[in-house]
Amino acid sequence: MIPGDGIGPEISESVQQIFAAAEVPLTWETVDVTPVKGPDGLFHIPQKAIDSVNKNTVGLKGPLATPIGKGHKSLNLALRKEFNLYANVRPCKSVEGYDTPYKDVDLVTIRENTEGEYSGIEHLIVDGVVQSIKLITENASRRVAEFAFNYAKANGRHRVTAVHKANIMRLSDGLFLRCCREVAEKNKDIKFEEMYLDTVCLNMVQDPTKFDVLVMPNLYGDILSDLCAGLIGGLGITPSGNIGEGGAIFESVHGTAPDIAGEDKANPTALLLSSVMMLRYLNLGSYANRIERAAFETLREGKVLTGDLGGKSKCSEYTAEICRKVQIIDDSD
Amino acid sequence: SVKEQKLHSAKYGGRHCVTMLPGDGVGPEMMLYVREVFKSVGAPVDFEEVQMDHTSTDTEYDHAILSLKRNGIAIKGNVESGNLSPDATSRNVELRADLDLFANVVVCKSNPGVKTRHNNIDVVIIRENTEGEYSNLEHETVGGVVESLKIITERKSTRIAKYAFDYALRHGRKKVTAVHKANIMKMGDGLFLESCHKVSEMYPTIEFDSMIVDNCSMQMVSRPEQFDVMVLPNLYGNILANIATGLIGGAGIVSGVNIGEKYAIFELGTRNTGKKIAGKNIANPTAMLRAGSDLLGYLGLHLHSDMITNALDEVLQDEQMHTADLGGQATSAEVVQRVISLIQKERNI
Amino acid sequence: RCMSSIEAPKPKRRQTVTMIPGDGIGPELMVTVKEVFSAAGVPVDFDEIFASEVQSGKSESVETVVASCKENLICLKGIISSPLSSHVSILHTLNMQIRRELDLFANVVLIRSLPGFVTRHNNLDFVIIRESTEGEYSSLEHESVEGVVESLKIITRANSERIAKFAFDYATKHGRKKVTAVHKANIMKLADGLFLESCANVSKFYPKIEFDSMIIDNTCMQLVSNPYQFDVMVMPNLYGNIVDNLAAGLVGGAGVVPGESFSEDVAVFEPGARHAAAEMAGRDQANPTGMLLCAANMLSHMNLGYYSSLIRNAVEKTIKAGKVRTRDMGGYATRSQFTMEVIKNLNY
Repeated sequence: MIPGDGIGPEISESVQQIFAAAEVPLTWETVDVTPVKGPDGLFHIPQKAIDSVNKNTVGLKGPLATPIGKGHKSLNLALRKEFNLYANVRPCKSVEGYDTPYKDVDLVTIRENTEGEYSGIEHLIVDGVVQSIKLITENASRRVAEFAFNYAKANGRHRVTAVHKANIMRLSDGLFLRCCREVAEKNKDIKFEEMYLDTVCLNMVQDPTKFDVLVMPNLYGDILSDLCAGLIGGLGITPSGNIGEGGAIFESVHGTAPDIAGEDKANPTALLLSSVMMLRYLNLGSYANRIERAAFETLREGKVLTGDLGGKSKCSEYTAEICRKVQIIDDSD
Repeated sequence: SVKEQKLHSAKYGGRHCVTMLPGDGVGPEMMLYVREVFKSVGAPVDFEEVQMDHTSTDTEYDHAILSLKRNGIAIKGNVESGNLSPDATSRNVELRADLDLFANVVVCKSNPGVKTRHNNIDVVIIRENTEGEYSNLEHETVGGVVESLKIITERKSTRIAKYAFDYALRHGRKKVTAVHKANIMKMGDGLFLESCHKVSEMYPTIEFDSMIVDNCSMQMVSRPEQFDVMVLPNLYGNILANIATGLIGGAGIVSGVNIGEKYAIFELGTRNTGKKIAGKNIANPTAMLRAGSDLLGYLGLHLHSDMITNALDEVLQDEQMHTADLGGQATSAEVVQRVISLIQKERNI
Repeated sequence: RCMSSIEAPKPKRRQTVTMIPGDGIGPELMVTVKEVFSAAGVPVDFDEIFASEVQSGKSESVETVVASCKENLICLKGIISSPLSSHVSILHTLNMQIRRELDLFANVVLIRSLPGFVTRHNNLDFVIIRESTEGEYSSLEHESVEGVVESLKIITRANSERIAKFAFDYATKHGRKKVTAVHKANIMKLADGLFLESCANVSKFYPKIEFDSMIIDNTCMQLVSNPYQFDVMVMPNLYGNIVDNLAAGLVGGAGVVPGESFSEDVAVFEPGARHAAAEMAGRDQANPTGMLLCAANMLSHMNLGYYSSLIRNAVEKTIKAGKVRTRDMGGYATRSQFTMEVIKNLNY
């Protein structure tokens, strides 16, 4: 458990309470990832945190503050690299009780997380001219495509859409698309379609129910996953998982909200739903279902909600309500 | 704090954006006429109107400057410089200095429709606009003794001389006359004259001569046809431009431009605000409409420009259409209506 | 009053405009435009040029298209498909060649809710301005080793400042209050950083227009949750493509959104979301709304404001009445029925 900064500790506490109430057979090892200055004078993630994730291979993480221009890399980026978390998964499902103009959204975005436009390779060629390199490799593209199809199968989904811009970036997006097609050939039980990025955007806001699982390169995934979060009400209720070759980290992707930190006002839903994803990843599906139902029911009833969802309750009250429901929900169904 | 640079032009899809500074006095009403006439010729020009008059604050003045830097070109009514207190600088002078509009160009050509003493005048008066007597450097050394500094530099004298010769070449003119008072101000005007002389050597096809300013004023009213292009330091330019304007019919029909390397402001030839006749529908709209026509020509929109000039010339032929300044009784609106109907006839509307 | 009482003129001198119908439903939409223009008595003639990659055999050359645009300076254009299967570099697709030859650096998409047509978000009114010559669309791609492709994105200060100035000039001309630069400078610190810095530099010349910036992923989220906060948006090429389509979806789809592209001298009016809709072609189902709004914007650009309002009002009246709508807007009308209704609603 990496509680994170700002409201991180409160919402982590909330998740731990709910897990305890549900009697989830799982123990937490809490670690701090605040960067420490190493012998080389640079800031690094503490070795203890790295050891912990390596040992447990699964982590749950609250929001981390990314100080701008402090000379060290984004910690999120560092974690992603350290554990080679190649796929970012974000299920977006409309939450009953929290109305947006878009109903019945139920889709999953899967984003390649290690290369593409975020390769970090940029040069100033001459003054006023910058070149930024987007890197696409066959290995990474095939890996994320395979993950997408496996995810679809494991989660009872029927269709995978590859999102690309190969009409313009014919080689790079072309390679990504080719890998998806090849993997699709081997997974004929899942329907495969390909769609231009711009067409996806156009269709997404007109009728998001047209989509099921979407797989795409880094930048497009970054954009579309936030777009889809917007459809269901924002990052406060959207879970996220980062899947690597050796393990996985599940996290809430909202900010640290330092203005309300420590005031018992934070909304733990995103982290809680991320933990539900984690339980499913750990094959603890029945616990996942119970906690998810308790959370969704609480949201649907709308009696005990935090301020950002339009309610007046405290984080602790919201947590208590979910704990109560978790205990009375019959887990036989 | 604004980085000094030349911005990209504000021309998109063939349409230009032009700053409009209505100014004081008759300026605002004249600008309405400019808009109407531009509409009638179908000029692809949009105006960005920025208020700048004698009451404007420094912020408003800065907005006007920025607008000009963005659009590169403006049409402007005159701003009253009524404040005679020693530390007040004229907005007009300030604008020219800030935008480095080093040349003032006034074309004075006899118009057959306007009867004057001379009917064969065709001179171009090119005046150095940024230094000379208008440097705003004055001080009272001891009580009752004021020194006013006149600054002449080789760089600016050469620049204005070059502009004059280039203008002559571009417009098929034959001769450039430098006007000065180098017999008295041997160093200052001497430098100006010498600079003009040096530049003239690079233009062998253009005749060059020089004339002392007092003699020049006399010649201008007695034998004005001898002049072609004239190049002058600031104050002399002011004087000669007003004399020439008077000779061909007055301030109501003559336009001018203040121009630099990056920016151009089109306005009246003589910079009067016409405060007394404002709002009375009697001011002659010809000068400002000519300024508009000059502006269109500068933008390369020659068809539109010529259409306005031709209509103005034709309207001036008709004495019924003369406003009070030309001894007639027509109103401003009547003149503009006639101009527009001529343009519409020309466009088969 | 000292001003003369002459009304806005209705110039009757005829002007010629290049017309490129394009692929898919383009030719049908142009039929609608011609029918409406002739019913409204618009003094415009078309120099119609067929250009297509799908039917390359029937297509005129790029040179012919460009020459006509340079001659007429105004063009009304449908969408030309760039099929994925063609093996030429994207710089040699018709669209890119036309854009480059004419230096159409600025693309504008006008997002406005149509009164009377209810979508999830109503009363939207904002403008998306997209840099169209560089960025991700530079076609500099290579396979460095087997299975590894590098694609270069190029951002230059000159082009960034030019598009930024275009955006601020556009805001000034149309009385808009705010310009938002959209970027990903937190990741692409140099490239998008340069774009953002250029926008900030240019903004200093426009003290009356508010300037802010937003990261592209957050922008997309904000667009679906709170789109009312946007006024004028300016962005590099690829983000523009994304935001254009997303925003078009908010107000009713590709059929209702007009767009325009500019160089210094040439203006091209074309649908805002570029979809040729080949599957709909020839079935009289296309929605002419966006193309008619393009044509109205074109007339206004040509100083033909009278005809521009005439056509715009007729389109808006037709949509507001709600009786005659094409399928994409939830109606049953064909393109020809919609066209007839617009013509009926022309109020001279």
